[in-house]
This record gives sequence, structure tokens and C-alpha cells, in this order.
Amino acid sequence: MQPFETVTGKAAPLLASNIDTDVIMPKQFLKGIDRSGLDKGVFFDLRFLESGEPNPDFILNQPAWSGASFLVTGPNFGCGSSREHAVWGLKQLGIRALIGTSFAGIFYDNCQRNGVLAIQLCESQLQRLARVVSHGATATISVDLPNQRIWLSEGSVIEFTIDALRKQSLLSGLDAIGATLQRAAQIRDFEARHYADNPWLD
Amino acid sequence: MNSPRTLYQKHIDSHTVATLDDQGHVLLYIDRQVANEYTSPQAFSGLREAKRGVWRSRATLAVVDHVNPTSPTRIAAMPDAGGALQVAYFEENCRDFGIELFDVLDKRQGIEHVVAPEQGFILPGMVVAAGDSHTTTYGALGAFGFGIGTSEIEHLLATQTLVYKRLKTMRVTVTGTLGMGVTSKDIIMALIEKIGASGATGYAIEFTGPAISALSVEARMTICNMAVEAGARGAFMAPDDKVYGYLKSKPRAPQGEHWNAAEKKWRELFTDEGAVFDSEVRVDVDGLAPMVTWGTSPDQASPVSGRVPDPATIADPILRQGMQRALTYMGLEAGMALSDVPISHAFIGSCTNARIEDLRDVARVVEGRKVASTVRAMIVPGSTQVRAQAEEEGLARIFLEAGFEWRQSGCSMCLAMNDDVLAAGDRCASSTNRNFEGRQGAGARTHLMSPAMVAAAAIRGRLTDVRLLAEEI
Repeated sequence: MQPFETVTGKAAPLLASNIDTDVIMPKQFLKGIDRSGLDKGVFFDLRFLESGEPNPDFILNQPAWSGASFLVTGPNFGCGSSREHAVWGLKQLGIRALIGTSFAGIFYDNCQRNGVLAIQLCESQLQRLARVVSHGATATISVDLPNQRIWLSEGSVIEFTIDALRKQSLLSGLDAIGATLQRAAQIRDFEARHYADNPWLD
Repeated sequence: MNSPRTLYQKHIDSHTVATLDDQGHVLLYIDRQVANEYTSPQAFSGLREAKRGVWRSRATLAVVDHVNPTSPTRIAAMPDAGGALQVAYFEENCRDFGIELFDVLDKRQGIEHVVAPEQGFILPGMVVAAGDSHTTTYGALGAFGFGIGTSEIEHLLATQTLVYKRLKTMRVTVTGTLGMGVTSKDIIMALIEKIGASGATGYAIEFTGPAISALSVEARMTICNMAVEAGARGAFMAPDDKVYGYLKSKPRAPQGEHWNAAEKKWRELFTDEGAVFDSEVRVDVDGLAPMVTWGTSPDQASPVSGRVPDPATIADPILRQGMQRALTYMGLEAGMALSDVPISHAFIGSCTNARIEDLRDVARVVEGRKVASTVRAMIVPGSTQVRAQAEEEGLARIFLEAGFEWRQSGCSMCLAMNDDVLAAGDRCASSTNRNFEGRQGAGARTHLMSPAMVAAAAIRGRLTDVRLLAEEI
């Protein structure tokens, strides 16, 4: 997994509530057995017109925000289906972090597992950030994970919080399964007790 | 450990392999998982690439459900190359890793969250995870179930554990008595409307109260299933005699001495008196009317007697724009009576509402009636076993005589990953769980409601209060 330290790039505001994973990655892109080619599917019905041409009204198709590294999102972003394809696609499109007031639980964990930083800000901080990046001229920000800061282009800064465990794993890009397997003996001890106590589960 | 604990805390405590920090992270042991063909392939590929095995292959049950066709005659072939590839790879993975698979021709096949309970694969006290958000369904059995992404599936297959952060707890106390024609679907839709699509984000919900106790186990599943549409990462209910009665005859339920020992332990699965929840919500169902959604989020719902709301009355600009966008997508005008909205399709199906009791509800409404000539009406049973039972009980004949298509089992038009897809502009009364833009087909419009309400809409050709239809007999 690609480690996350400090990333600088454009931030695109996408502030509607409850943007679900069906909208982020529609069904026709879910038929693969690998993770490839999903950048094309991201926000497909919003990004493209029926003709297949890019929809000029969609924020990521506008020059000031095209190639954005960050999305500034409305409440409950990523709700609905568990499909991790949504996060794979966002990452392939170049999105490194999402900044919003709240994220749906499964989506939030999927981001973490893919090295995409999901930052939760309070409403007033998010509105401040959204105001600044809504102007193309000030859409570029820096997200500094080690110091837990978002630097805005007009020089101000927004601090954010994140669980130490999540932060460490994003910074190191470590293999979560490998880390857990170092506890294999503990898992086996647990199983021995668990199935002795609940033999009908074995 | 002696202070009073919630049911949730008891489940997490009894499944904690290791405490990872003081922020609530634990290594959580998972008793069982269910796998499907569409969210699992990359997880198996990850294991193959890292040359890792499956930790405990018998903890997983694999079911083909999302991409298979549901045409009335069962066929093994998938309708498209992508689906065929996913099913073939799924079979290969199950074979190579020693996982039990119910393929499309298996008599036990069906939607994973219908199949796992009906097989007795899910038991009270378990912690269950699966690559599908509606894994919350299992809460109705007193198991704690939650959805995970594909990377987590891989982690789970490789270690039988997940790195997990404890949730906050919410108790939803449901009081009152449901009226005729009002169902558990209406309870959960009313709750979602009340607390919003993110009202329970970050929480595990425990449902309790006399109106929950009064429900059948299958009706409770509908509530736990859809709790995720309020953002809950898990939702459950303390098991009771109804749950033990439901489980006793199931093929994989414990037998003999094991059953006795299990039931004794299950009877300790309740929230201790004095345990404190982070949030308390009360819902009274006296006077609750059947609910329908009018928008593109499950919380955009109203009693069927209501009208389409007016965005102009909403102060918050983001909410107002969201509502306006939803109405435009849905092709509805503010102020319209919901019962004036005509439909083109009626769909009975999904892990939310396609169990035998749901089909009996539908049969009661449609018996001796005909589907409106303007409506295509489909019934997709939740499992092949449900289909067989409905045929045995004579329900299938009632459906066919009324003009419904009587199809094979699968997720089908709930998310339209197979060939059951609506066209742009189609408007569907649906017993499913999500009314998102494009969910049932690009540009298609979904109104969520109970199975009985879908049946009434199919007969009348428009959204209809099922209670009024009943009076006409």
C-alpha cells in the first residue's frame, strides 16, 4: 500500500448529502475479478453525458478541479453498498484523501485499507474549507498527515484528528494481514478457549 | 467486567482476541462469514498472490446470488461474460480453498442473507461478517452481523479476525401495536425517516420493546437488514423463544446435548439492567401508516397518505438542493399526493423482504385480483427453498393467476447486477432496501415499501394504501 505523508493537490467540493456507492461506482463496473479499469466508472452517470462525452457541469470535468487529489464531501459520503470498487476507482482516478463531516462505516474502513485518507472535520471547519476550495484560484491544498494539518492556499491551516492506529498504518502503508498473522498464536489460543466454551460452534 | 453491559458489549468482549490500543480497537474473532461471487474475487486473488491460505475454511459458506439470472426456468449459464467470469472464479476459489459452495443449481441456493438463517448457519451469540452491507440481517437471531469490504474479506479469510473499532451503542425502543396492513418494513422505514440516513452512523443498534417482541423472527430480519440504511454498522435484538423455535428445525442448528448447552448460554444474551447506551431512541407504532419513499435516499419517506414535500420549505441550502435533485430525478412535483403516483413496475424480492412470510402477505393481497395492465410485476423469492415452499403452499399459483412473473431466486432487481434491469424513466414499487439514483437501472425510479404495499400498487397501477384495497373485498 502506498504510504501517505504529505500530499499537495487540488480539492474538489462535492457537498451533496448521502452520496452513495451506487453513484460512486455504478453496477456495470462491478463485473470484474480484479481491481483494474475502475477509474473510468467513478461517478460515471455524473461525469459523462449519454453521448459518452464528459459532462462539463460536473466539478471534476472543470479545469480548475480536474485531476483533483482530494474531494471535500457532504455528510454520509459512501453510504449504501459495501462495494470496495468505489474506493479502488477513486484511488485510480488519483484521489488520495476525502475530507468531510461524516463517512459511512464500511466505506470509511475500505478507504483505510487502500491508503486513502478519510478526514473527518466538524461542520464549521468543513464549511470554511469548502468556501476556499470552491474558488478555482484557491483550490490547491496540502494535506500533512504526520502533523495532522490541512494547509490552505491562502496560508491558513486546519488541524484534524485521527486514531493513532489508523494514522500509523497509513504512514507506513503496512500489510495489515501480515501484522495480524504475527498474532497467530494468540488467535489459536483464543480459538481453543472459544470452542471449548461453545462446542456447538466447532 | 462486573459492571452492567449491553448486548453489544457482551458480543465484542466474548470475541476479543487482543486489545490493540486504548481507543477501542480490538482484534475481533469472527465465527462465521458468508461469501458471494461479486465482492470476493479480489480477496481470493490477494491470498493467491501472497501465497496465503484460508485460516478456517469451514467458517465460510459461499453462495452465488448477485449476478445470476432469475428467469422462471433455472439455467446455470450467466447472461453476460462478466458474470460468467465471476461465477467461474468463485467456483475455482471455493474448490481450491475448501469452502462449501451453493451454486446456482443447488436446491439451497438463494440470497446469502436468506440462505444463511434458513440453513441454521447463523446462531445467537455469534459475530458474523460478510462482504455485503446487509449482513446486519443476522441481528434478528441475536448474532452480531456487519458488512465489510473486499480487503477485509481477505483479512478475514487469512486470519479469521478483523481489526475492529468498538462502536457507540444506540437503543431503539419500539412500543405500541401495529395496525392491519402495517408491517415491520414500515417500522424500520419510519425509524430511518426519523433519524436520517446517517442517524446511526458509528453505532450498533439494539432494538427492543413490546412491538419487537410481538414480531416474527422473519419480520425482525427486515428491521435489522435495513438498519444499515440509517448508517448502523450492526443491529440486533436479544434472542427469545421465537428465535429458538425458528432455529430448532434448521439443518445446521446444534442437536441434542449441544442444543441444550447452547440454549442455556443463549439465554444470557441480553443487555444487563442498568447498562448505559450512548443514545436512546423511541418509536411508537400506534397509528403508524404504511410508508413509501418519494426520493432517492431511504430517509426520504412518508406515510402513503402523505404528499410529496416542498423543497422551498427547507432552510438548509444543501438539504434543499438535495431534495430538489431527488424530486427532479424521481419526476415528482412538490405537493402531489403520493397515492396519485402511477407505477410501471412492481418488484417483490431482496434480502429485505422475500422470505416466505413476505410472499404470504403478497398472496393475501393479490388473491382473486389482477395486476394492472400498465404494470410489469415480478416476484423473485429470497431462496430456492422459499420458492419451493411457496409452490407447496399454493402461493405460486395465486401469483401467476394474478399476472405476476414467478421467478428463480437471486438478488435480481434490488441492485440490478444481473439482467433484471429497469430502463430510464421506469417507475418501480419495490420491496427492496435502496432507492438510490440508478440503483435498479440508470434513470430508473424506485419507491420502497412493504411487500403488501408493492402488491397493492401492482393491482392498482399506482401507489396505494394497502388498507384501502383490503376494504374493497
